[in-house]
Amino acid sequence: MASLSQLQVGQSARVDAIAGDTTLGQRLMALGLLPGTQLSVIRVAPLGDPITIETHGGQLSLRRADAQHVTVTVDPAQ
Amino acid sequence: MTTTDPPTQAPVRTATVALMGNPNTGKTTLFNRLTGARQRVGNYPGVTVERKTGALNLPDREVTLIDLPGTYSLAAVSADERIAIDVLTGHIDQMQRPDLVVCVADASNVMRNLFLASQIADTGLPVVIALNLMDAAEARGLRIDSDLLLQRLGVPVVPTIASTGQGIDQLRQAIVDALDRPRYLTSVDWPQPIRQAVGTIGESIQSTTGQSLDEAELLRLLFDVDSAIADRLPWSHDQRREQIAAARAPLEAESLHPFHAESVLRYGELGELLEGVITKPDQPRATRSESIDRLLTHRFWGLATFASVMFVVFYLLYFIAQAPMTLIEEGFNLLGGWVEPMLAATPMLQALVVDGLIAGVGGVLVFLPQILILFFFISLIEDTGYMARAAFLMDKLFSWCGLTGKSFVPMLSSYACAVPGIMGARTIEDPKARLTTILIAPLMSCSARLPVYVLMVGAFVEPHYGVAVAAATVFAMHVVGLAVSVPIAFTINRLFLRTRTSPFLMEMPAYRVPLLRDVLWRMWQRGREFIIRAGTVIFAMSIIIWALCYFPRSDAITQDYIQQLAAEQSITAEQAQSQIEADTAHQHAIDSQYIEQSYMGRIGKTVQPVFDPAGFDWKITVGVLASFPAREVIISTMGIVYALGGEVSEESADLRSAMASATWTQGPRAGQSVFTPLVALSVMVFFALCMQCGATLTVIARESSWKWAAFSFVYMTTLAWAASVLVHQVGSAFFGA
Repeated sequence: MASLSQLQVGQSARVDAIAGDTTLGQRLMALGLLPGTQLSVIRVAPLGDPITIETHGGQLSLRRADAQHVTVTVDPAQ
Repeated sequence: MTTTDPPTQAPVRTATVALMGNPNTGKTTLFNRLTGARQRVGNYPGVTVERKTGALNLPDREVTLIDLPGTYSLAAVSADERIAIDVLTGHIDQMQRPDLVVCVADASNVMRNLFLASQIADTGLPVVIALNLMDAAEARGLRIDSDLLLQRLGVPVVPTIASTGQGIDQLRQAIVDALDRPRYLTSVDWPQPIRQAVGTIGESIQSTTGQSLDEAELLRLLFDVDSAIADRLPWSHDQRREQIAAARAPLEAESLHPFHAESVLRYGELGELLEGVITKPDQPRATRSESIDRLLTHRFWGLATFASVMFVVFYLLYFIAQAPMTLIEEGFNLLGGWVEPMLAATPMLQALVVDGLIAGVGGVLVFLPQILILFFFISLIEDTGYMARAAFLMDKLFSWCGLTGKSFVPMLSSYACAVPGIMGARTIEDPKARLTTILIAPLMSCSARLPVYVLMVGAFVEPHYGVAVAAATVFAMHVVGLAVSVPIAFTINRLFLRTRTSPFLMEMPAYRVPLLRDVLWRMWQRGREFIIRAGTVIFAMSIIIWALCYFPRSDAITQDYIQQLAAEQSITAEQAQSQIEADTAHQHAIDSQYIEQSYMGRIGKTVQPVFDPAGFDWKITVGVLASFPAREVIISTMGIVYALGGEVSEESADLRSAMASATWTQGPRAGQSVFTPLVALSVMVFFALCMQCGATLTVIARESSWKWAAFSFVYMTTLAWAASVLVHQVGSAFFGA
């Protein structure tokens, strides 16, 4: 079990849970990031933060501090 | 006799249609296509959200189209999002509920875009879906069966490409049809516990407050982490928490997490509805956006390109603005020259119009080309999608001050002019971050401060220390504001603890080639807004400052001067008078005496002790005070005060030498030079940090409130005073006067 904030660029994962009692969590879910959704981390900003993730709902950028609220299961490396 | 009734005219049918959709769906382009130039921009009562409406002229009725701010969900946190649900449920003063909602969806991302449509369905309003950006979807190899989608959703679905105009006629027709024969999106089939909870909360609101809310509003109260709708109820904080928790209790029992339930259920149903509607290509096609982003967000190349882009924008800005600015300046001079003789009979009116109004208003309008060009570039950066990348790159730096990367472009723009910068802060959703950005943006050294630096550095730094030090000083002045803004942003953030924070979450839209027409239109709209709003304030301030510098006007000064000149040259008073009229040097000398006697002069002398620790004499003080409406006024004021006339520029050698040879006439420093390099420095620091711009104050008031405009005026003026005093005192201690 890992949190989204721990992922590195190139890693894919499946969402397990999103801490629901934050506005960020609610917004992520409204954008289609639900338990079971696949995502991958495609970019990181030059200073290490924020990160950009790609899901079926498009590309989103968020800070690692906020990404902690998303628990994921990392896909096995290809 | 019979009277015939006049033929009765059928009343014109009217309707209101709301345009909604996610951000970056081309909604604005669609709005422009549908309304053309028939748009109006205003405000929603009580909030600083821009209200954009337009007229959609259909053959048989007049339709008002309301462009609601782009939003991902009706779960309202920011003021923009709150407006959406308030409009849809009819809670805006003097606005009726719309008759129809046109929901704009990005064809490349149908499911996510329909989430909002699904929420709109709760409001019970009929819906038409505009499936926009079809060209981008096709380029990705997506095929959408819009007929099937229509069947499944039960509402009209119109594929459009707003940028080319394709599908717009069909959309217009669909709107007409939908107004006559409305069709509704099926609401989500909520499971029993949720229906129960909605009932519970509805009843408790009814019984404790007497208000009855719509189902859409009740659902929001139930689902949202901290719904703004609760603000409408006269509940205390605790009551609110208890009531909502009580209503949610049955959900928890059924393991339906209230914050998850909505998304899971809505997307669940959407998934079923969209089964088979969209065909994706087997191999996801690498989009051009991807390749571009690999460069533009690269660790090194991304930053390098970013710096280059910003540099090019600024360079172009100054380069392109030069000619129009000179033109405007000449234009106003010509206007002044043309009006002057016409009013020769009434010298006071002449002075008011020529020196007060034309000079005052002209002095600010001279910056209009810069402002427009900046609006243009900002709109261009927004529409291409690069703005999101800029915010992404800069976010880390800004998070240290409690802001986000979205503040970057507003702050950078403020280095040219704070007006477009502050207006650009509208893209920041978090109200706390937005306000902080607005309050520190004027600290960025704008182009109106440059003449002051040029004058001071040119006269007092360069001659003593050479060009390199002079350039470094000008650079340092630009950095001062930035350096000070960091602790100030920090402090301001600490002071506002009660505004709700929205998370930093930003979509990275696909890169698009913007429609030049739309970009120019937006530039024009914002420019017009500026002219009208700031124009009136600047007009008023110019008159006030002029009046302070003009009155009291007694002829005694002129008479004394004539007598004195006659005595000196042993000529008659009439001869002296004609000499004076012929030679502007005499007139400037007289004007200098007048300003000393004026209210402004007297205020300057009275207030001077406050500025004494900063090394300012009364003349500098007058210059500072007169510059409060617009910084660059100091140049001409210094000109008048030093008997060189108001038309001097910051490069004028006469002005420089006049200032260089100015000495204190009384007090502890009598006989010493007024302008030492240190004093020049403290003057520059004052101007770097002070709020001396009526236009900026107006824009701050419009984007937040007059309370905040007043606050920024007070804090910046105090800061400027403190800093210049510090510079002078510390400098004197270390280096001697």
